[in-house]
This record gives sequence, structure tokens and C-alpha cells, in this order.
Amino acid sequence: MRGFYSRRPIWSLIIAIAVAIVLWLIFAPWPEGLVDAIGAKRIFLNAFFGGITLGALYFLVASGFTLIFGLMRNVNLAHGSLYLLGGYVGYEVSDATGSWVLAFPVVFIVVAALGLILQNQVFRRMEGEELRQTMVTIGLSVVIADIMLWIWGGQSYTILSPEWLSGPTVLPIISSIKSSGDVVYLKYPAVRIAILVAAIAIGIAMWLVLNKSRLGMLIRAGVDDREMLAASGVRIQYVFLAVFAFGAGLAGMAGIVGGTFQSLSPGEDTRFLLASLVVVIVGGMGSIPGAAIGALVIGLSEQIGLVYAPTYSVVFTFLIMAAVLAFRPQGLLGSTR
Amino acid sequence: MKKALFASVATCFLLPAGAMAEDTIKIGVLVALEGVFAAGGADGVRNVELAVEQAGGMAGGKKIELVVAPSDTTPDTAVRQARKLIEQDGVDIILGPLSGSEGIAMRDYAKTVPDKTIINGISGALETTWVDPAPNFFRFNLDGSQWGAGLGSYVVKEKGWNKVATVAADYSFGYTNFLGFAVDFCRSGGEIVERFWVPLGSSDFGGVIAAMPDDIDAIYLGVGGTDAINFLNQYEQAGAETNLIGGTIMADQTVLTSKGRAKDALIGTPTSGPLATDDPSPAWQAYVKAYQDAFPESERFPSPSLFGVGYYVAALAAIQGINEVGGDLGDGQAKLREALSTKPLDTPLGTVTLNENRQASGSVFITEVVEDGAGGLKVELKSRVDNVNQTLGMTPDEFRAMGLPSRDTPDCTALGGKG
Repeated sequence: MRGFYSRRPIWSLIIAIAVAIVLWLIFAPWPEGLVDAIGAKRIFLNAFFGGITLGALYFLVASGFTLIFGLMRNVNLAHGSLYLLGGYVGYEVSDATGSWVLAFPVVFIVVAALGLILQNQVFRRMEGEELRQTMVTIGLSVVIADIMLWIWGGQSYTILSPEWLSGPTVLPIISSIKSSGDVVYLKYPAVRIAILVAAIAIGIAMWLVLNKSRLGMLIRAGVDDREMLAASGVRIQYVFLAVFAFGAGLAGMAGIVGGTFQSLSPGEDTRFLLASLVVVIVGGMGSIPGAAIGALVIGLSEQIGLVYAPTYSVVFTFLIMAAVLAFRPQGLLGSTR
Repeated sequence: MKKALFASVATCFLLPAGAMAEDTIKIGVLVALEGVFAAGGADGVRNVELAVEQAGGMAGGKKIELVVAPSDTTPDTAVRQARKLIEQDGVDIILGPLSGSEGIAMRDYAKTVPDKTIINGISGALETTWVDPAPNFFRFNLDGSQWGAGLGSYVVKEKGWNKVATVAADYSFGYTNFLGFAVDFCRSGGEIVERFWVPLGSSDFGGVIAAMPDDIDAIYLGVGGTDAINFLNQYEQAGAETNLIGGTIMADQTVLTSKGRAKDALIGTPTSGPLATDDPSPAWQAYVKAYQDAFPESERFPSPSLFGVGYYVAALAAIQGINEVGGDLGDGQAKLREALSTKPLDTPLGTVTLNENRQASGSVFITEVVEDGAGGLKVELKSRVDNVNQTLGMTPDEFRAMGLPSRDTPDCTALGGKG
């Protein structure tokens, strides 16, 4: 952090000012002029938090994707299918047992097991052959999508959030002050806050594992130079298996989250594959903090764009991607190798 | 279902070539059998078969031969298939197409084959029969704006909802369907506080829901499919504080049959469209029974879909027209066109007449979403508006002055409302 500051004093200043402005926008009551210019504070806050929640969902999908890519140089284009499969399985579990929370471990195990099989039976056989892997994963995604269409049909599914998370909750953030002097606090869907908290927890846990544990050390070493790591006696295939299973399981759990506050239907798999590709391109291949920042940027641009400039909201995502590719092709936090 | 589809397509192609003598009339069925509307398109084919079978396979003393041409809801495929039908298969009449943009393309194509007749399947774009219509293109179904008629005055008069905000899909059908609602709503003195246009395929409406003004009586929703389900889900999570009004695609089967509880936010929502499944009229009931009897349960919908009804009516129109002229399609089908334009058509949806643009005037059904008692939802007929015409009760000049549907058209204040 300090290193960044001394290397890039101007950027640090700009970032600090931006953060300060955002904090002011969130916590301070808005003056009349600002409300007249861009609408009520409530709208901005909801778009802002909506963007962060959406970013949290993208992060859950994309972090597995970026780890798998960073470690195995394997662009797993069937990642979106794992997301959708996780969602469907999560629906079945929560519908059968009535427990939303129980769906998460079950889905994690089921989808991670599928990931293990994929890595062990398919990708291991074509290690280093990137084109072949890409083609095979596209093929797999088509096959899985058709199987899911066969089992679950074409209709949409939504997963019911549990009683204690349904409806809105009141946040200790001032939304507006009425003329009578009453303070109106921000109301926000409880389930979204839960998603946000869970995503942050998972992100921190992943960062800890990667940076403080032996397995994390192996993974980081593998990302940097897997031949060297293999040569030094590490059974790299096991590391690959662990990472692939974890990434797949995470995508599956993201499916439940997506099914809870959006919906599941055929086609969502490619939508989330595209979203994770964009996130990973923006954030930098193989970097977990990069995936977090990329997901946040894309989620925020989608939501704020939808509210303030609905016609162009679709374009913003790709403008950001194009800008990143033009000025920082390795991604915001990617390293040049 | 796919198998049945292939079988029916195959039989159409395999009909004996010997029957192609002068005592047959060939009817092409141009229908989407790929893409999002594939299931509805297949229902269209079934219904054409049903109509022909009910007529004994004959019209005007001649045998009817069907040729199915599959499209994928894109305009260029529709035109290519139409050309194939006319140039290779030598059909006399085309029934179709299914979707709005195909309809506009077929209107333009129709002008290049003035000796043939095209009867619209179920495409609903206003422009098809309003802007520069083709003299040989007939539409016996109502268009997207007509489908919204009657709903506006219903919510004002029956529900007492005078102030609404609207959230609708930012594309042609979204504008058109909204126009039908808004014209009626504003003429009844309603106020549109704010209009939100959301891109197709938006999945997160959290910000839009928060941006809803406080003092409204209801939200008009003109989104469909998964967008609709996402909206309802997030609307419920945000507290679901006001009433909803549904556009035609808001409360259709894709939303009502979705899994999960999101759709429950729709209970009590009034909506409007060209049909009501529980319509008690004898014509509709007889048609539903014939449909259910004609196909095994696994190969059809519980009751005919919107697409199916559209193609059924188109086939009825063709058969009645041919009967009227005694099978005489000579002179560039001039007599047939005359018969189609002038003679009212009795359909399961009521009597339909055509105006000078060869566009139908007919009935719109106002329904409300209710629980069906078995954990699902269904729509219940509340009111019926007859003789809705293309200009929604205005003179053509007034309607033209209002402008084509867009984000800002219609202007509510100009129609006597506010906002």
C-alpha cells in the first residue's frame, strides 16, 4: 500500500478523493441542488448498493474462473454451466428440504465433484493444449446446457429466500430528511445484504488461504511458474484438482445466490460466462483482488447505468472493458508476464 | 412434442404430388419453429391443421394442401422462407408470420408478390398495417397497441388507480403495448408520473424499483419473460409496497408457470390481452374443446396459446375467403381479397372485421391474476371491450398526429391526462 503511494502519488490522490466523494454521497444528507440535478438520494443509494451486490455475485462466479485460468492456463468456457447447474440443484434442494442455507453445502459438494471429474477426466488429458481445451469446454457447455434444458425445462426458476431474509431491512444510513425534520433511513432488501456480507467473507477467506496457508503458497507458486513447482517435487495435479473443485463449487453456490435475487433459466449460463470473462479481463487474469475490483466496477456500472442512463447501460460494461484493454491490457491488477 | 412437429412437417412435404392438380389450393404456413417462440410456433401449426380438419380438408370445393415453412423469428429468414413457399412450392396463400419484426418484413415482401395473398399469423407490430400497408396483406388479429386498450380505463374506474409510474421494455413491442394502455389511461384522466424504459434482458431492477415515486397508486409493468420474473422477485424483496398493472406479456404463461414464489407478487394484478382462457363465450369454449380433443395431452398446451389462436383465426379467414369465392383464385386473387376485406369473420374470440388498412377490429379481454387453488396462478376474466379498432377509437388523423409509439409517445397531457 505504502509502496503504491510512493510510486504513484497522483493516482493515490485521485483515488483518495474519489473514495471521499463516494463516502460523502453515501453518508451526508444531500443538498437540494444535488437532488434536483440527479434525483433523490434513495435512488442513488439503491443503485449503488445494488451495484455492489451484483458485483458480489459476479465476484463469486469470476473468482473461481480467474483462479482456474491463472493456475492451469485453462479457459474453462463451461464455467457458466456450472453456475446454472448449481442454481438448479440449489432450487431442488431448497424446495425439497425447505432450507435455503442447506442448499449451499449440498450444491458446493455436487458441483465441486463435477469439477473434479471434469479436471481429472477431461482437462488433464489435454494439458497445455489451449485450443483443444477451449473447444472441448465450449462443447461441454452446450451439452450441459441441453441436459439441463431436458431436466428442468425452459421455464424460469426463482429460489425462495428464507423468512428471516425476506422483505426489506432498515440500514443506519440516512436516505432523506423530511420537511418535518424526521429522518428517513434507507430501506434495502435483507437478502442482498446477506449476499454482500457472504461474498466479502468468502473473498477475505480466499485471500487468507492464498496468502497465509501452505496450499495458498503452492497455488501462488503454480500461478507464477508451474513447471518449476512440479520440478521441485510438488504433486501439482492435486493442487489443480483442489483449485478446480473449489472454483466449480464457488460457481455453483453463486448459482443459488443468482437464483435467489434474480432468476434461473436457459441462457443464464452464457450470460454469466460473459460477465465473468469481462470481470476477469477488467480485473486481470489470475488475480483474486483483481476479480473483486473488476466485479465491483462491472456491477456498479451496470446498476448505475440502468438507473441514470438506461438506454446506454448495456454499453458501459463493454466501454470499460475496451478502455482497460486499450490502456492496461493485462487488467487493472494483472501482472505483465 | 418435437417428434410430432417433425412428423407434421414431414407429412406436409410428403403429400402426394399427384394431388397438385387444379382441384387443390396450396396454403403455406410461415411460422417460427426455432428460437424463443418455437413452442408457440408449433402450436400455430397444430391450430392450422385443426382448422383445416374442421373444414373437412376442403374449401371452396377444392382440397387444401398445407406446406409448413419454418422460420426463426428473424425478418430475413421469414422473407427467405416466404419466397421459397411461393417460388418453389407454388402456394397460393401464406399464413404467417409470428413475430413483429417478421411482420414488417412480410408487409414489404407482400408488395413484390401482388398476385398472392398473405394472412398474418400472430405478429403484432402496429406499423405492419398502419404505415404504408400492402394491399394483399391481411391481419385478422389485433396489434400490440390494441391489446393494451381498455386496461387503462379499467384501472381508473374499477380500481381507482389514478397515478401510475411505468416500467416497460425499451423496444418496439414495449412502446406499442404501452401506447394502448396509456392512451386509454390518459383519456380516463389518469396521470403517468414517470416512465422508465429498461433494456431487454435487464436482470437487476433494484435501482429502478427504488426510483419509483412515493405517491403512486400502481406500477405499470411492460416487461415479459425472465425480465418480468426478475422484476417481481426483486420487487417483493424490496417490500412490494404498491399495486401492479400488467402489460400483455407480463402475465402470460411463461411468467405464470415459472417455478418459485416470485410470481406471487402478481396476484390481483389486472392485465389485458387478445384472449382469456376462461372466456365463457360458447365459441371460445367449443374451440378449446375441439383443440383438446384433436391432440393428445402430451402434444399440446392445456388450452390454445396466443400464437395458436392467431394461426387458427388466420386459417379460418383463409377458408372462409376461399369458400366465399367458390375456390376461384383467378385474376390475381382479386375476388379472394375482396371477400377477405369485406366479410366479417366469426372467430372463437368474437366477430372480427377489417378496416381500410386490412387490420382487424375486435375484442380485448381484461383479466386479473388469481390463485388457482393448487399452488399455481391463473387469469380470471373481468371485463371485455368489443370493437377495439386500429386507431383506438380516435380518427385516423388524430391517431397519426399522436405519432408512432416511442418512449415519449403518447403525450399524456394531450389526451386529457397528466404527466
